[in-house]
Amino acid sequence: MDVLSTQKKALLLGNEAVVRGAVEAGIDVATTYPGTPSSEIADTFSKIAQYYKNKGLEPGFYFQYSTNEKVALEFAAAAAVSGLRALTCMKHVGLNVASDTFMTYMYVGCKAGHVIITADDPSCHSSQNEQDNRYYAKFGNAPLLEPSDPLEAKDMVMEAFKISEELSLPILFRMTTRTSHIRGPVSLGRINLKKKKGKFEKNPLMVTVPEVARKLHPILLEKMEMAEKISENSRFNYVEDFGGNAGIVSSGPSHNYVREAVEELGVKCKILKLGMTNPLPRKMCIDFLKACGRVLVVEELEPFLEEQLKAIAHEEEIDVKIYGKGYGGLSRIYEYDVDIVERVIRKFFGLKEKESASSSIPIPPRPPVLCPGCPHRATYYAVKQVAPEGTIYPTDIGCYTLGKAPPLEVADFLLCMGSNVGTACGFSYATNQKVISFMGDSTFFHAGLPGIVNAVHHNHDCIITVLDNRTTAMTGHQPNPGTEYDGMGNEAVMLKVEDVVRGLGVKHVEVVNPNNLEKTKETFRRALEYKGTSVVVSKAPCILLIPQERRAGSFEIDQNKCTKCEVCIKKFGCPAFYYDGDKIKIDETLCSACGVCTQVCEPHAIRRKK
Amino acid sequence: MKERLLFSGVGGQGVLTGANILAKTFLTEGKKVLMSEVHGMAQRGGSVICTVCVGDVYSPLIADGGADVIVSMEPVEALRYIKKLKRDGVIITDINPVIPPNVSIGESKYPDPEEVFKELSSRGKLIKIDALDIAKKSGNAITKNVVMLGALAGMDLLPIGKEKILESVKNNIPEKYVEMNERAFNMGLKAVKV
Ligand code: SF4
Ligand code: SF4
Repeated sequence: MDVLSTQKKALLLGNEAVVRGAVEAGIDVATTYPGTPSSEIADTFSKIAQYYKNKGLEPGFYFQYSTNEKVALEFAAAAAVSGLRALTCMKHVGLNVASDTFMTYMYVGCKAGHVIITADDPSCHSSQNEQDNRYYAKFGNAPLLEPSDPLEAKDMVMEAFKISEELSLPILFRMTTRTSHIRGPVSLGRINLKKKKGKFEKNPLMVTVPEVARKLHPILLEKMEMAEKISENSRFNYVEDFGGNAGIVSSGPSHNYVREAVEELGVKCKILKLGMTNPLPRKMCIDFLKACGRVLVVEELEPFLEEQLKAIAHEEEIDVKIYGKGYGGLSRIYEYDVDIVERVIRKFFGLKEKESASSSIPIPPRPPVLCPGCPHRATYYAVKQVAPEGTIYPTDIGCYTLGKAPPLEVADFLLCMGSNVGTACGFSYATNQKVISFMGDSTFFHAGLPGIVNAVHHNHDCIITVLDNRTTAMTGHQPNPGTEYDGMGNEAVMLKVEDVVRGLGVKHVEVVNPNNLEKTKETFRRALEYKGTSVVVSKAPCILLIPQERRAGSFEIDQNKCTKCEVCIKKFGCPAFYYDGDKIKIDETLCSACGVCTQVCEPHAIRRKK
Repeated sequence: MKERLLFSGVGGQGVLTGANILAKTFLTEGKKVLMSEVHGMAQRGGSVICTVCVGDVYSPLIADGGADVIVSMEPVEALRYIKKLKRDGVIITDINPVIPPNVSIGESKYPDPEEVFKELSSRGKLIKIDALDIAKKSGNAITKNVVMLGALAGMDLLPIGKEKILESVKNNIPEKYVEMNERAFNMGLKAVKV
């Protein structure tokens, strides 16, 4: 494993570098709920644990895929207040789920270091929004670190544990898609894993009743004053001077683009690179602003640095013009890249725009789709066959959102993890339309349960479908409470969705294998007839969990029997089907030989290829 | 020295693995290398782009007109990123289209491959290879990414030797597939050396 390399250097993914940092810092407990772009952080911990276990060695730390981000943060918080170094990672929206815990955890603080990683997703590559989680650092009063590349990510994680311990305060650590998913050389130190036990020392200041909370809040603010001193002296905040009196301030991956453009264009400027961005090194910022006639702030998403710098300039009456959002194409939306940053730097220095041209031929878009052989497609196809016109399909976070695209079009409303049930109940009250909602098994355990309790208690008339594909597929196939093993590779208690919902009081519960389309249709017909809350557990493993050998081979179309009814292409929509001239064919490199298409083809023109 | 390579293709074609193997070769040769990867959504049949930048670079992302080479596992996917190519850049692409579902259901059109190749040649030096066919001959269509690596190595464009790349292929592929991939690499290498 590269991440455990004993060489001086390894080529690591940003997310792996974070883990290497934690491993060198002597991590004791790591927790998560998986979410892109953070997933490989957790998966790497899981792989390391299993790697050691398979060698008959004690991993020296504990790792857990928790039920959701809130639980993950709480588990690790307990470890950290007991003196064990802890790390919790999640995607940006995961922090929304954990925010209740987060906000008060800052009041209480920790004993051993606790690094909370939020992986933000500018451009929503795989997310429902692109919120800038740096505001959580301000909101909750957490020190904030933002690395630019894998090497810095590793060093910063190690430093984060120290700062956290110095202040007895958890640290927020902001990755973004472009720091998580870039690979670069990382200098390696000694691996430092050793199993320890903590000790919880009771302290009445850890029970946040109002009277205690009132005492803790001013203490937290004092800690932030200390944190500002740390920020002033941090080696992650520094100025690079390339001459002149124009200034550029940047943080995170934007800094890489700034450096690239400054060198490419050969412009004279000073660059203030900020790695510890909450609290800002105020004195350093004042000196920088005073040394510059004009300053350009390059940061992704919100004007987090820009507004603070403007406030500082105003308070200190510094005569400097600060440019940021809205200048030269710097936007509050989507991620930046070298082109966007080069363009604005050209403008800032009065250089002429660069020319570039895309293809003159129109190119078809190629968005992600449900895999060939995905069991969700089978469920969706069956549902569409039996559901009345106008049925509303609330959906949830996972691969199944890909069912939104034509021809399936079975996703009508989506907010966040678990929202399918709450909204299904609301739609069933608010309209006369039938409601069939969808969520995955992992989502069910993460945030589906309270919604189902609500549905049962009020007897809302809706069908809640749990697409139980035996894994957390979208984020890279992590285990969840419905699987028989956990993130350490240990045997775990497997909770069955059908048992859980029966326990919650759902009266009409059916389990069906979606790869049998007829049975699935019948199941949904019965559920549609039922008045009240019903749950269908559509259970079949994600096709990617099935070993390659068993997915080998492909199906083909007997051109003599094919009537070109187009059901396979225009209703079922397996991506392996395509038109070659006027013939419908199956792309053998895409087909995963599930055979479900043979059930949709009435003239029986689809057969296994020999 | 700066060298910027762009790998593109369709999720599932091993774009990432191929680029990763090459990036590791550079690191073992003591060169600074940065790479950007695509994870998550884009793996499911979506368009995938992955970049490898070597030398005195700060960002793994490539600016418009900044790529020395585009290596594409699918013709239209080469064209999608064509504005990234340098004026005198090289494009190595597999010739086999993968038709996106939105084309099959009639929502968009897949351009005539000949048009695509014409457009590509107007932008740089175009090398077409039937990597799928070669991969199948080597033992399995799955080796297509290694065939493409072989082709890239065969072009002598990189500041590292072909043997080094092959070595990296061998080191980064499960034991039981090494032989097949070595074959794929060498066949790819020969395909561009006519
Ligand atoms: S990864 Fe699994 S669940 Fe996700 S689209 Fe592919 S087959 Fe379906
Ligand atoms: S067997 Fe049919 S439905 Fe299954 S992957 Fe192949 S073409 Fe698609």
